[in-house]
Amino acid sequence: MKPLLLSGLATAALALGAGAAQAQTDPLQVRGWAAACANCHGTNGHAQTGNEPLAGGNKDEMLKKLLDFKRGAKPATIMHQLSKGYSDEQLAAIVSWFAAQKK
Amino acid sequence: MDRRQFIRAGSAASAASVLGLAAGCASTGAGAGGQVVVIGGGYGGATAAKYIRMWSEGRVQVTLVEPNDSFVSCPISNLVLGGSKQMADITTSYDNLGKRHGVKIIKDRVVAIDADKRQVRLAGGSTLAYDRLVVSPGVDFMWDSLPGLKKPGAQDKVLHAWKAGPQTVALRKQLEAMPDGGVYALSIPLAPYRCPPGPYERACQVAHYFSQAKPKSKVLILDANDDVTSKGPLFKKAWADRYKGIIEYRPKHALTDVDAATGTLKFEFNDDIKAQVLNVIPPMRAGDVAHNAGLTTANKRWCDVDWLTMESKAAKNVHILGDALQIAPAMPKSGHMANQHGKVAAAAIVALLSGRQPNALPIYNNTCYSFVSDTDVVHVASVHAYDAEKKTMLPVAGSGGVSSAASELEGRYAMAWARNIWADTLA
Repeated sequence: MKPLLLSGLATAALALGAGAAQAQTDPLQVRGWAAACANCHGTNGHAQTGNEPLAGGNKDEMLKKLLDFKRGAKPATIMHQLSKGYSDEQLAAIVSWFAAQKK
Repeated sequence: MDRRQFIRAGSAASAASVLGLAAGCASTGAGAGGQVVVIGGGYGGATAAKYIRMWSEGRVQVTLVEPNDSFVSCPISNLVLGGSKQMADITTSYDNLGKRHGVKIIKDRVVAIDADKRQVRLAGGSTLAYDRLVVSPGVDFMWDSLPGLKKPGAQDKVLHAWKAGPQTVALRKQLEAMPDGGVYALSIPLAPYRCPPGPYERACQVAHYFSQAKPKSKVLILDANDDVTSKGPLFKKAWADRYKGIIEYRPKHALTDVDAATGTLKFEFNDDIKAQVLNVIPPMRAGDVAHNAGLTTANKRWCDVDWLTMESKAAKNVHILGDALQIAPAMPKSGHMANQHGKVAAAAIVALLSGRQPNALPIYNNTCYSFVSDTDVVHVASVHAYDAEKKTMLPVAGSGGVSSAASELEGRYAMAWARNIWADTLA
């Protein structure tokens, strides 16, 4: 069950990115950004034990989690520091890429 | 390099080649997608090899030249010195790169690069032709700066253990053999060097071992730098809280020579120091294969690259990764970073070989975990993005940081990181 609010948030984030970040939605560019997550979350998001797998995850849930990390609403050891390195639009593009991967 | 000699060696080898890669016709070689040779199967090279195969969907042929039987990780290797991990825990086979990804692996060493001819020559005598070359040579040491270590046998006695492998095992044996009440002295070179926090983690690991097995023994850190170069407050807290009376830290100790026979370290401004176990991390530069090919354009130590493609500033079609690079601002020389370089190079090489532009905005992160005991860990993390104006990678303002305190939870994440990056690089 997808809360309406989250879905709206994701849509808004994607809409924001549509203009300024058109180049940033180049699928190969996004694949490159996502690959930088693989060091901890596994190639294409297929994680080894101990870290969260991202492949085939729920896009809206993953984005909410990342934005919560970024804004300090969700405690973390490291993701609050890493998520601040990306714009909301970039995070939205990355989670969309992972959501589209087979589990 | 003697060009004529090289070409002679090359044609002789290709005539007798069992490798099936005819020298000199790389662009028409096996696979319509092109031919890539990767030098070095560390975090950078192995990742590049795997991701080129994956992202080209098998169209680009990849040959990895690596002299070692298997991959031995530098990250986590300090725990072997501390006694909580064994060599088997940090060793991974190269087999999956071949079996799962179709990377051709040649157990050999590249002795020369001919960027004009787009060929490399192997120690075994054969040559390999390439359309694009990936050079991921790691580091080699500048022994000329420590003449005493060039004497016969000196390097067997005074170890660096800064490339995980036989030296890791040998240093652990020296620590085990040292009588209780002895001193282990660790010399750290001026930055930049491979793995900025690594020496301080090592001090913690040796002190952890001493605290359990040889409580009267000491760890003496002799650092050429003005202060701890990474995670300073966190390491200093660990030394004060956990290893009080065991670890002593002395900055501004620039090593000038080593007398292996008497176990003496000599410094630019400080008195000589004798210790039972000397562990000297010498000044270092890009690996020999890059250095000898003229790729070390920065101070004759490190390699300059275009950060969009990782292509050398000195040689076309040659992409360089990892610790060998002249770093961008605030970019550490780390295995994690080398893995990221490997992916940027892989994407760029696949794009360039199919006539596309490389990605315009690389963004990647570094995370580095240090064990301050057998269980408790601190980290430093950063995010780096391409700056089109400055043409370099810059840390993203407001991102990154360090742990608030050492914790067992981060210890579990550190091992999860290791399992994931080993699989991402090699499986």
